[in-house]
Amino acid sequence: MTEQAYNFAYLDEQTKRMIRRALLKALAVPGYQVPFASREMPMPYGWGTGGVQVTAACLTPEDRLKVIDQGADDTTNAVSIRKFFERTAEVETTEHTAEATVIQTRHRIPEQPLGEGQILVYQVPIPEPLRFLEPRETETRKMHALEEYGLMHVKLYEDIAHNGAISTAYAYPVKVEGRYVMDPSPIPKFDNPRLESAAIQLFGAGREQRIYALPPHTRVVSLDFEDHPFEASKADHDCDLCGCGTSYLDEVITDDAGGRMFVCSDTDFCASRQADGHRGALSPQEELA
Amino acid sequence: MTPLLSVQGVTKHYGARLGCGDVNFDLWPGEVMGIVGESGSGKSTLLSCLSGQLPPDAGKVVFDTRADGPRDVLTMSEPERRMLARTDWAFVHQNARDGLRMGVSAGGNVGERLMAVGARNYADIRAQAIDWLGRVEISEDRVDDRPRAFSGGMQQRLQIARNLVTGPRLVFMDEPTGGLDVSVQARLLDLLRGLVREMGLSAVIVTHDLAVVRLLADRLMVMKGGRVVETGLTDQVLDDPQHGYTQLLVSSVLQV
Repeated sequence: MTEQAYNFAYLDEQTKRMIRRALLKALAVPGYQVPFASREMPMPYGWGTGGVQVTAACLTPEDRLKVIDQGADDTTNAVSIRKFFERTAEVETTEHTAEATVIQTRHRIPEQPLGEGQILVYQVPIPEPLRFLEPRETETRKMHALEEYGLMHVKLYEDIAHNGAISTAYAYPVKVEGRYVMDPSPIPKFDNPRLESAAIQLFGAGREQRIYALPPHTRVVSLDFEDHPFEASKADHDCDLCGCGTSYLDEVITDDAGGRMFVCSDTDFCASRQADGHRGALSPQEELA
Repeated sequence: MTPLLSVQGVTKHYGARLGCGDVNFDLWPGEVMGIVGESGSGKSTLLSCLSGQLPPDAGKVVFDTRADGPRDVLTMSEPERRMLARTDWAFVHQNARDGLRMGVSAGGNVGERLMAVGARNYADIRAQAIDWLGRVEISEDRVDDRPRAFSGGMQQRLQIARNLVTGPRLVFMDEPTGGLDVSVQARLLDLLRGLVREMGLSAVIVTHDLAVVRLLADRLMVMKGGRVVETGLTDQVLDDPQHGYTQLLVSSVLQV
């Protein structure tokens, strides 16, 4: 089959319209999980079927798309989704955060602050923050409706009781505009403060058939206790390639003798810093001039 | 004085079958009401209707709320009823597993109701949880253990602590000692009696165990086939039963 056999961005227009309606509702009620009729996508669940559908519904031919997976532009998931839209939508793609109009992401927010006019699309595995505390969906929906969020703090209480600190390091629950408690998808809690952004943030969960959203400049508060406040944590290290001390780091095992290095998880951020001449502890030696 | 709970003509049918029919009683502050009867006599149905878990077909359940005075629980909106259920009311299930979160530590179980009404200070929540575990005779070093690791009696006591931590005024108990061995039952009853007297709680206790009501209840209601057949002071009903069924019930108690 040729590419022309597909509609623009793979999904048919009726489906995109249905998703856009869900997106508008989600933007109107920030943090509320809107059900939508998720379609089968040509990829397995867990690979971003929800995010891909949201991206497909948002794309226009003029858009420039960036896809990241754990911050990296060059991992399997990111590469295949980028190729998918190159073929089915023929949109331009980029690896530079600032140039992209639509960014689909898995588990990270880009280091560079996003601006107005940009859309960040998250791939969400489990949209329900209360799922592991209250398995009944009927009950969790009622709890959202009635704003009964005491249970969310039970999880944090358990963390402190067992580990001495809030050990939840990713998918850290947030309260949106003082109303809905939301699972910000499994981003590290380091990224939580950056959920308050000038960009539109859309969350798509394909298997669970839910869409939710954060409009620009929405107030997002990470839940915590008075005596155990929220802390955006990262590895206590500088990037070994670009020397950045404020970015979120991946730990890379380099040999079987305990060797390791820390590198920025955002590859575009790291590469552009290196291009600007920043060097880290393990950077290759500069060529002798 | 207004009654804390006033039950007027509560009736529940399951299809053509009667669950409980035309039940009336007033529960006064600080009073413990026992409901006894055989299996299938409608006592658990009645308790579910009273605690708002099951909508009855007819009748009124008027509760004297702190804020607005006497109000019919059945016509309240759901958020109000759920709020009531986690502040002024408590429900002790027969099976502790129904009333506890088995995957959450004992301290978390007790703290949940506090956090549900807005407590956000970890140290305070934990101190209250430990205080309450002490009151139900669970030692402090078990505070981070999950209820799975507890014996049946401890689970039941934990459930009681979890329910009483927000200082409710009315406690519903469904066979609180069912499924426990006799010596554990005795301790639990002792504990319950102490707590009820000390906190001035009102309670509705459903049981088929006459010893439980003899110890705990001020007043007694005997049910059979969905109807109330006899009511009165506990000692009066048990020592001088009037209705044929009550006589049978009292004479059926095994003597050692």
